[in-house]
Amino acid sequence: MKDKSLISINDYSKDEMLRVLDLAAEFEQNPSRDILSGKVIATLFFEPSTRTRLSFESAVNRLGGKIIGFSDSASSSATKGESLKDTIKTVCNYSDLIVMRHPIEGSARYASEVASVPIINAGDGANQHPTQTLLDLYSIRKTQEKLEDLNLFIVGDLKYGRTVHSLLMAMAHFNATFYFISPKELRIPAEYKMHLDHLNLKYHEYTDFRDIAGEADIIYMTRVQKERFSDPIEYEKTKNAYVLRNAMLQETRSNLKVLHPLPRVNEISTDVDDSEKAYYFTQALNGVYTRQAIISLILGLNN
Amino acid sequence: MAKDKKKLKVSAIRQGTVIDHIPANNLFKVINILGLDHIDNQITFGTNLESGKLGSKSIVKISDKFFVDEEINRIALAAPQAKLNIIRDYQVVEKKEVTVPDQFSGIVKCVNPKCITNNDNVKPKFRVISKKEVSLKCHYCEKITDQEHMVFI
Ligand SMILES: [Zn+2]
Repeated sequence: MKDKSLISINDYSKDEMLRVLDLAAEFEQNPSRDILSGKVIATLFFEPSTRTRLSFESAVNRLGGKIIGFSDSASSSATKGESLKDTIKTVCNYSDLIVMRHPIEGSARYASEVASVPIINAGDGANQHPTQTLLDLYSIRKTQEKLEDLNLFIVGDLKYGRTVHSLLMAMAHFNATFYFISPKELRIPAEYKMHLDHLNLKYHEYTDFRDIAGEADIIYMTRVQKERFSDPIEYEKTKNAYVLRNAMLQETRSNLKVLHPLPRVNEISTDVDDSEKAYYFTQALNGVYTRQAIISLILGLNN
Repeated sequence: MAKDKKKLKVSAIRQGTVIDHIPANNLFKVINILGLDHIDNQITFGTNLESGKLGSKSIVKISDKFFVDEEINRIALAAPQAKLNIIRDYQVVEKKEVTVPDQFSGIVKCVNPKCITNNDNVKPKFRVISKKEVSLKCHYCEKITDQEHMVFI
C-alpha cells in the first residue's frame, strides 16, 4: 500500500481494506500523533467540497503534517487554462502526497499516471470516492462488531449514486445480503447485479421498505433527486417511500444503525436524529480516523 | 466455378496479407485502425462484395505487409469475423482469425461524456469485460461502453 495511489475502491483487496480499518481503530483510540511532521500534503479541490476537504485537513493536522492547496478551481491556475497534467506535475514538486477532487470522471486515475507522488482520490465526478467507502466500512464494522453476513439495506438513488456502487463492491467481499430499495427509474444497474450473481451473493430489489425494515442490520440512506426523474409526477408519487421516519424504526433490530454519506436534505426525518439507531453524524467523525489511516499507510508511516 | 469468379474481383498479390470478411460499412474503420492510410505499401480494396455471412463485405489486400497478432487483433472490434490470409509467392501459407484483445488503447471513444478522455488530451484505454457481445470498461472513468454505443475514433 506504500506509495500506491488510492483512486478506486477496487484498487484495494479485502486484506488491504481491513488493514485500513484496523489502523483507523488505533487512530480512534489516539487521534493526535506527530508522525507526519516534516511532510507536506497537497489538497487540490478543483470543485468545492468543504466537508471532505475539512475531514482530510483535520486528519493531516492531527498527524502534525503541513497542508498546501486550493479549495476550488477559481483559486487555482486551472482557471488560467493550465492542464491537469501540468498542475499535478508542478504540485508534485512541493508535496509528498496529493489529495484531489475533480468534476471530470477518471481525472484522478490520469493524475496518478503523471504524478511522481501518490494520489488519493477525494471524488472524481460521479465515479469514485474511495475514502468515503472505507469510512462507511469502518462505521459498519464498528457498530456491528463484524463485517461478514450482514443484511445491508441501500435506499434511494441506486442508479447514479457513486457511494452506493462503491459500497456494494466493498461489501461484496464480506458475504452481505443486499436489499436494494429504489424507485423503478433509479434501480441498481445491471452490471452490479451481474457482479453479485457472479459471486453467488443474495440480493433483493424493492420499491418500498416500510414492511421489511425489520430485517435490516444497516440502512444506508441516499438522496433521491427530483432532477433524476423523467416524469415529475412519478417523483411526487414515490418520494415519500424513500424518507426514513423515526416511527419506522420501532419494530427494527436492536443492532440496526442508519447511515448516510451526508449532506442529507429530507430523506431522513429530523425525528430520527435522537434515535440511538441514527449513526450518520458519528459516521462523519469516523472519516477523520479512516483518512489518517489511509494517509499513513500510503506514506509508510504506520509503525 | 462461381467461387473462382468472385476471387477475381480483387486482383491477387504476390506476397502480403489479405483481410477478408470485413463488414462493408466498417471498411474505413479497419483502414483507420491499422493506419493503412499512412503506409507506402501497395493496397487494393474491394467493397460491397456479396457475402453469404455478412450480406455485403469488404476485402483488403496489402502487399509486402505482415502484421503481428497484437496489431491485427485491434480490428476485431470493427470486424469480428475477419479472416486473414498470409500470402507468399501467390500462395496462401497461413490462415488466421482475429480475436478481441483483453485490453487496448485508442480505437473507440468512451461512452461517458464526463470522462477525462472526452475532456482532455488523454487517450482512451479499455479492459474488455465481454468478448462475445463486446463490452468495454474504461480504465479511467470505469464506465461500460457496450457494442451498441461503440463509436470509433
Ligand atoms: Zn471513460
